[in-house]
Amino acid sequence: MIESIKLLVVDDELDFLETLMKRLRKRGVHVQGVKSGEEALECLGREPIDVVILDVKMPGMDGLETLKAIKAKHPLVEVIMLTGHANVETAVTGMELGAFDYLMKPMDIDELLYKVQDAYQKKMLHETRIALRRKIAEGGNEDEDK
Amino acid sequence: MMKNNEDTYYKSLRRTIALIIVAVSLFPLFLLAAVAGYRFHTSYRGKVISHLQEIVEKHARQIDQFLLEKLAEIQTLATITPVEELTSSASLAEILYSFQKSFGGVYVDFGCVDSSGYQVAYAGPFHLARANYAKAEWFKKASAQPYFISDVFLGLRGLPHFIVAVQVPYKDSFLILRATINFLGFTRLVESVRVGETGRAFILNRQGEYQTAVSFQPKLEPKQILESLASKSADAPSGSLRAVNGASSVIYKEIDGTLYLARPLKKGDWFLIYEQNSRDAFSELYSARRFSIALVALSIITVIFIAWALSYKVVGRIEQVDREKEMLSEQVIQTGKLASLGELAAGVAHEINNPIAIMVEEAGWIEDLLPDIQAVAQSAGREDLITEIANTVHQIKTQGARCKDITQKLLSFARGSDARVQEVNVNDVIEDVVGVISQKAKYDRVTLKVECSNGLKPVFASPSELQQVLLNLINNSLDAMDAQGGDLIVRTAQENGWVVITVADTGPGIPESVLPRIFDPFFTTKPVGKGTGLGLSICYGIVKRLGGEITVDSVVGQGTTFKVYLPVIQEKREGDNGGE
Repeated sequence: MIESIKLLVVDDELDFLETLMKRLRKRGVHVQGVKSGEEALECLGREPIDVVILDVKMPGMDGLETLKAIKAKHPLVEVIMLTGHANVETAVTGMELGAFDYLMKPMDIDELLYKVQDAYQKKMLHETRIALRRKIAEGGNEDEDK
Repeated sequence: MMKNNEDTYYKSLRRTIALIIVAVSLFPLFLLAAVAGYRFHTSYRGKVISHLQEIVEKHARQIDQFLLEKLAEIQTLATITPVEELTSSASLAEILYSFQKSFGGVYVDFGCVDSSGYQVAYAGPFHLARANYAKAEWFKKASAQPYFISDVFLGLRGLPHFIVAVQVPYKDSFLILRATINFLGFTRLVESVRVGETGRAFILNRQGEYQTAVSFQPKLEPKQILESLASKSADAPSGSLRAVNGASSVIYKEIDGTLYLARPLKKGDWFLIYEQNSRDAFSELYSARRFSIALVALSIITVIFIAWALSYKVVGRIEQVDREKEMLSEQVIQTGKLASLGELAAGVAHEINNPIAIMVEEAGWIEDLLPDIQAVAQSAGREDLITEIANTVHQIKTQGARCKDITQKLLSFARGSDARVQEVNVNDVIEDVVGVISQKAKYDRVTLKVECSNGLKPVFASPSELQQVLLNLINNSLDAMDAQGGDLIVRTAQENGWVVITVADTGPGIPESVLPRIFDPFFTTKPVGKGTGLGLSICYGIVKRLGGEITVDSVVGQGTTFKVYLPVIQEKREGDNGGE
């Protein structure tokens, strides 16, 4: 399942971003990395992304703003928040804004992967449901056509 | 040293206050005493003197009156009596008899002297018929004027007396009718002037000779009295004593503690002198003064006593207030320290967290790469390297996790992880916490007893903070009981307006020397690397922020009991909830 997940990591800290990407790739995840919220939105518009790992504290467009923008433009994309500090309030706000979950840095890579998988499953479920609904709707239309 | 400084400070403060009170109270007192005393003194003196002047004046008038009367009587006698009767001793004796009858013993004798000084007729107790007065002083003076009252003199009879003489025209020349006045009777008239113990009067003539009998010795010689009175009156408005006539007023002077009053008599020939000891004259003034001085002295003593007592009381109060203030400012400093420490901790935590995240991530990467390295190592025959690297990486990750733990604790110490306050039932929170901790307790061989009171009122708190507090307290207890095991009791109760959470263990207890410091940040008794020393200070901060109290009670060898008091929600705080 891991191999089919398209992941986007957003973090302004390049060292962290690169290492995390290397580790995720080693585990077979299709992962891309960007350094800011703006780039993340751009990337999302360009490529199909399932799950976004989003750092809360970033210069420019910060995590929460980015989250809002993502949820507005791509509501199906699941977002996992990464807080660089123990500010749970921000995380909770993020959850309220529609983030899938949050993790505190430094986090365990396996834990992160589990969450990513969960998020992916949720997204898949969501998409299947939508597709089903569409199908039913289309089916209804076909019936009408007949 | 410090204590000493304070002591001198309070001592000098006390002295200053006492001195100010004494000065402020005594200055008006002295001023009043001086002014009122002076006023009273002058006015009372004036009163006394004018009173004495009145007495002297009254008596002087009486004496003048007496002398004028006698003169008038003799003049009448001389006018209405035929000359033949005046020159006859027998008829003169008859007249004397009738005079003595009607005027008492005033007249001693009568005599009729012709112009040559020869006494023609005489009536009286002495044998003075045919005496010659030609050389007598009084005769010379009486010859020169129509009537004459003499000074007191001894005369031919050798007894002090004075005479009233009136000229009677006789043929070409004249006769002089003279009457001797009873000296003792006259003296009595003057002696009746007695005031106080030492006040008395006498009469002097211009030469300073006594004109009355004196039964006492005056303080000054009569001449000196006259002289000093004269010098005094020289500049007095009443004019010179020598120049005054009968109508002149009474003058006074105080000499060497004796008061003298003088009033001219007999048209300035005589003086009625009144003498009194000043102390006696002003005795009431002096006693009033003594009384006032005693009163002032009493006031001074009272004021000094009050100043002393008051300054003691005031300074004592100041000392107490100072001490309270000191304690308060110490608390403020402590709180400020905690706050700035919190800020610092938050800053450090923020800054350090990211590098740690990277380090842990890098270590993770090495771990990820280990299988590949293993293949390489195997081919090189160095498999032992892999174990070493694996251990190292594991160590880095462990320590990274520890760092994370520390930074998170620092941050929650700085402001709490989730400080959003809501209505909380303490029992629910305890249930959650106990659920988490019961496994660990079992592992530590600790019997966990939970006694929750049913009637708990809700409190305003952040559930996660409250969890943190309870977790910290319970974890501490578990750590304290460590290997020995024991009992851990978590109890809730409702006490008036407070919900009380008790966490009691049967651990080794906290030594008394350490007890006051357990809530200080970074204070820990755990071995290095085991505790951050932040747990209890975080608890303290949280509970304080919620308006509660946290207390500790510990007996070494028996156990420790922590109590958390949280205020029950008040009606007025209803709309306040959720405030951060």
